[in-house]
Amino acid sequence: MSTTLTLFLGIFVVLGFASSVALILRLTVAKGRPHAVIDNLFDRINAWWVMVALVALAFAFGKSGVIVLFALLSLLALREFVTLTYTRRSDHLALAMAFYVALPMQYALIAIDWYGMYSIFIPVYGFLFLPIISALRADTTRFLDRIAAVQWALMLAVFCLSHVPALVTLQIPGFEGREILLIAFLVIVVQSSDVLQYVWGKLFGKHKVAPSLSPSKTWEGLIGGVLSSTLLGAGLWWITPFTPLQAAGIAFSINLMGFFGGLVMSAIKRDHGVKDWGHLIAGHGGVLDRLDSVLFSAPVFFHIVRYGFTP
Amino acid sequence: MLETLARWSMLSVAHVLTGVRGVTTTPLPSKPCVYFGNHVSHGDFALIWAVLPSAQRARTRPVAGADYWEKGPLRRYVGRKVVRAVLIEREREQRNEDPIAQMSAVLAGGENLILFPEGTRNLTDDVLLPFKSGLYHLGRSNPGLPLVPVWIDNLHRVLPKGELIPIPLLCTLHFGAPIEVGEGEDKPTFLARAREALLAQRPAHLVEAS
Repeated sequence: MSTTLTLFLGIFVVLGFASSVALILRLTVAKGRPHAVIDNLFDRINAWWVMVALVALAFAFGKSGVIVLFALLSLLALREFVTLTYTRRSDHLALAMAFYVALPMQYALIAIDWYGMYSIFIPVYGFLFLPIISALRADTTRFLDRIAAVQWALMLAVFCLSHVPALVTLQIPGFEGREILLIAFLVIVVQSSDVLQYVWGKLFGKHKVAPSLSPSKTWEGLIGGVLSSTLLGAGLWWITPFTPLQAAGIAFSINLMGFFGGLVMSAIKRDHGVKDWGHLIAGHGGVLDRLDSVLFSAPVFFHIVRYGFTP
Repeated sequence: MLETLARWSMLSVAHVLTGVRGVTTTPLPSKPCVYFGNHVSHGDFALIWAVLPSAQRARTRPVAGADYWEKGPLRRYVGRKVVRAVLIEREREQRNEDPIAQMSAVLAGGENLILFPEGTRNLTDDVLLPFKSGLYHLGRSNPGLPLVPVWIDNLHRVLPKGELIPIPLLCTLHFGAPIEVGEGEDKPTFLARAREALLAQRPAHLVEAS
């Protein structure tokens, strides 16, 4: 427990520092006047305080707390994804099943720790049964587009995201009772990679990685951000069952996955002509805008730990 | 008391189920006006209510078909007391009152109206049904009356006709700049212009998809 407390104290210190820097920038650079970048920075940091408080609250309730938190995040992410994609009236029942059956079932399977089922429930049974439901309505207009959208929505917003709370079910010898810290490691490393890519990009960014996908992603931001958050991951080895070197390697892998996750999700947004998935989190956009990197890194992190560190 | 509770529940359901959000490009008119939108569901007007500032909401009433809202005690209660609908007779033969005079009286009393010029819910694949002439006559009898187009996005997917379970998709209302009936403007020209003004509020990704 003391590790968790130390960790959250550390995060509060970092956020306090960020808020102070933003305040100084507002007083010196913006001089109290509206300033797009600095105002957005303020919104972002304030949203971080709220998000950290929510995670802290979930952690206080332990395993059930994180399962409930991520089930709710999945619900918000799923609605953002489906809202943006093309479906028809004939998909209504399939969508209702996705929201009201597949989502709660996935998290219930994690709660009872049935690995063999929660790792195939959506990729196999969801994949096969949801198109059957849509096909029974005999509406063939853009059929493949529609069922693919429903499947993608479930895979990303529910299946991938559910691998975050699934980390607490892993039984690692010598690490019993501290599994929840794996979630802290994953989320801190991946989210700080996003933040550090933003900071490095704003300070030194010149050469764009994929201008047509995301104008804000630069090589300078990518390299600086991924390397510095890999160092941060190595520095967090004491909250994990990993050695410092292992922690660095794992942090590097999930940072890369997170970066590519952001790229893929940007491609979907650009294809639909929107900048953000939603508007729930001031300064950040939607829940999916904040979680895009976590979606892609969570299953990889889960399986690295499961195959490498459990008997 | 009971009406207040019913209104509060209705708005809470609208907010939780659809996360509804209003997007405005120009400020809403400060004098009495008419909000006109696309009609896809009975919940349409509740969403418009949900995003209006509360002072505006108390002074904004939907225009609805008497034939539907006079049927049965519950509907009559909801229609008259909860949403304070301005009930008009849609069938010309059964009219005792002139609907335009009814609506103009409400505007003269300082209240706003919500009107769905398609006249009925659009349950087809067409993006927007042809407009009935009420909006034109209302605008002509009240010169200078601001008519605000409101595109209601996504509500038809939350609960399509014939389905029982609503799904919690996000809805957005896009408010456009007010239009007026021009001096000497004829009916077909105005209705086409009003229709275009409403269609222009659709978000870009929907226009491409259709």
